[in-house]
Amino acid sequence: MSQIASVFAGLRARGEAALVPYFTAGDPDLPTSEALVRAAVAEGADAIELGVPFSDPMADGPVLQRSAGRALAAGTTLPRVLELVGRLRATISQPLILFGYYNPFFRYGVAELARDAASAGADGLLCVDLPPEEAHDLRTAARTANLDLIALLAPTTPPARIRTIARTASGFLYFVSVLGTTGARADLPSALPEWVRRVRQVTSLPVGVGLPARWRTAAPMGHRRGWRVFSEASGRRCAPLPPPARDRRSAADGQRVERRRTRRGALSGVPGADGLQAPGAAVPRLPALRAPRASRRR
Amino acid sequence: MPALLVLERAYARLKRDASFQRELHGWLKRYAGRPTRLYFADHLSRRLGGARIYLKREDLLHTGAHKINNTLGQALLARRLRKTRLIAETGAGQHGVATATVAALFGLRCAIFMGAEDVERQSLNVFRMKLLGATVHVVESGSRTLKDAMTEALRDWIATVEDTFYLIGSTAGPHPYPVIVRDFQAVIGEEARRQIRATAGRLPDVCIACVGGGSNAMGLFHAFRDDARVELVGVEAAGRGLETGAHAASLAAGQVGVLHGNKTYLLQDETGQIRSAHSIAAGLDYPGVGPEHAHLRDSGRARYVTVGDDEAVEALRLLTATEGIIPALESAHAVAHAVRLAPRLDRRKILLVNLSGRGDKDMPTVAAHLGVTLA
Repeated sequence: MSQIASVFAGLRARGEAALVPYFTAGDPDLPTSEALVRAAVAEGADAIELGVPFSDPMADGPVLQRSAGRALAAGTTLPRVLELVGRLRATISQPLILFGYYNPFFRYGVAELARDAASAGADGLLCVDLPPEEAHDLRTAARTANLDLIALLAPTTPPARIRTIARTASGFLYFVSVLGTTGARADLPSALPEWVRRVRQVTSLPVGVGLPARWRTAAPMGHRRGWRVFSEASGRRCAPLPPPARDRRSAADGQRVERRRTRRGALSGVPGADGLQAPGAAVPRLPALRAPRASRRR
Repeated sequence: MPALLVLERAYARLKRDASFQRELHGWLKRYAGRPTRLYFADHLSRRLGGARIYLKREDLLHTGAHKINNTLGQALLARRLRKTRLIAETGAGQHGVATATVAALFGLRCAIFMGAEDVERQSLNVFRMKLLGATVHVVESGSRTLKDAMTEALRDWIATVEDTFYLIGSTAGPHPYPVIVRDFQAVIGEEARRQIRATAGRLPDVCIACVGGGSNAMGLFHAFRDDARVELVGVEAAGRGLETGAHAASLAAGQVGVLHGNKTYLLQDETGQIRSAHSIAAGLDYPGVGPEHAHLRDSGRARYVTVGDDEAVEALRLLTATEGIIPALESAHAVAHAVRLAPRLDRRKILLVNLSGRGDKDMPTVAAHLGVTLA
């Protein structure tokens, strides 16, 4: 069983959800990313998604676009992200998933990437813009290197296709809960539980669901086993980061994430989902975790 | 992705559907103004003193460029798929205008994505699109040009796929778009091939077209693909010169990569980040090239050359002065290569140049390039 699968299995056994925060590696710089990941892990993150910045992140909304732009401007490259993975792996045991677009992977060489990512200590790869039909090379490379290749599902994915995707996926399935890019969305669609149920019917893989950044539904949600958290860089709460004014609103997103997390036992996910993931933004959405009092004030 | 599979299936069916093809050809004829003339540019040819140059006058089409061939076709596809909204990316604004035009014609809602830099360069086209009822989204991300407009249109589509048809304007983007766009543009070459045989009594020696994403070139080349003796030449934009890095020549100076759902030659750095393209012609300002052009290049069937900003403007001036035809800056790149080539060949040789658009939209740019201030 892969490290990712065993984390999900362990949480499932305890009836808990996984918290899977996302960080764009290198935004605003790699040392800060490293500090943020460590902070997130210290606060209970169950796995980490590390975004490999790309110049044309077409599946991402403005917040993650800006985040990738800042990371690239700071000179972040895939080899340097792999070095970051290596440094993190030296001290943390939580699964690390590299999350990115295909062209940087392709230019690096998919076999080389899988090999180097695995030897640096990554556990999985997620390639946003690579449909399963075209993923043969990367899948083979990932399998050879014992990396999970996380697959994406959307509400528009028909059942037959879900089956096809699930057959070749590993680790968990990332269900993009809302049509659209990451970020701007107000709430979870009401049909989400039904969508997730459809996915569950055809696969035993854990299902992670994207959460809207401004998600405030505290409705009872059965057992949730994993979620993914993105939200805007809330530098104000992360000591080393100066806070860009435009990012303030998302600081609030981070705080909401915090509330959810601390109430994890009480709250629950979409019925049947193993993971919830909250898109919305980029960097240190989790710094809020370090200032629970501030977050409560809101 | 499911939307692409639906589109692929629908298109495969409609491609062989006689009623669809009749409907399309009806609109092309009655509305767009097909067939377009094949014009023998005698004065230009004599001035250059060599091969005879024929111009395929796509600039005479409704909206002023070849783009309408494809937007009519895809809008009809959208209607068959019961979509009520069209979105499109645009560089020079020609494809945006052509999309807004068919949206107005067929009563569809329309949103156009255009890079902020192009909006500045092509304010006239922006106004045309708005007048036609389209919403114009100014894209401020990335290099603020065509690639970013396409990225933004894809983002919109991800969220609106239920009621929206993404009307891609070039032979780029994810499959099946490069094929669909090629097929809808192939009418250019089919007509030109018939016309040149009728007027000159034989096929041309060289077909020349400018290449950004590559739709007008694919449209011209496709009908000649099996005519082994017809040389196919695509002209990429060398911008300020390949050595300056400020160009749009993905075949000449790019490496293989994957962007916007297709694998092709891209302008990129060694770590796979996409670089900005530059050309004085906004419609060529794209860091990739249609995958079929990559194939034609690699298989040796077509050859690709480059023409820079200055040479394109010179060609525009020459064609204007000798024939009274002001070409689009994009098309002027193709003309420029003919200008280079013609004097080296004798008069028995025939060059067929795709004059893909007219130059009205470019007057502010050309004036600025020539140091003229317009009131």
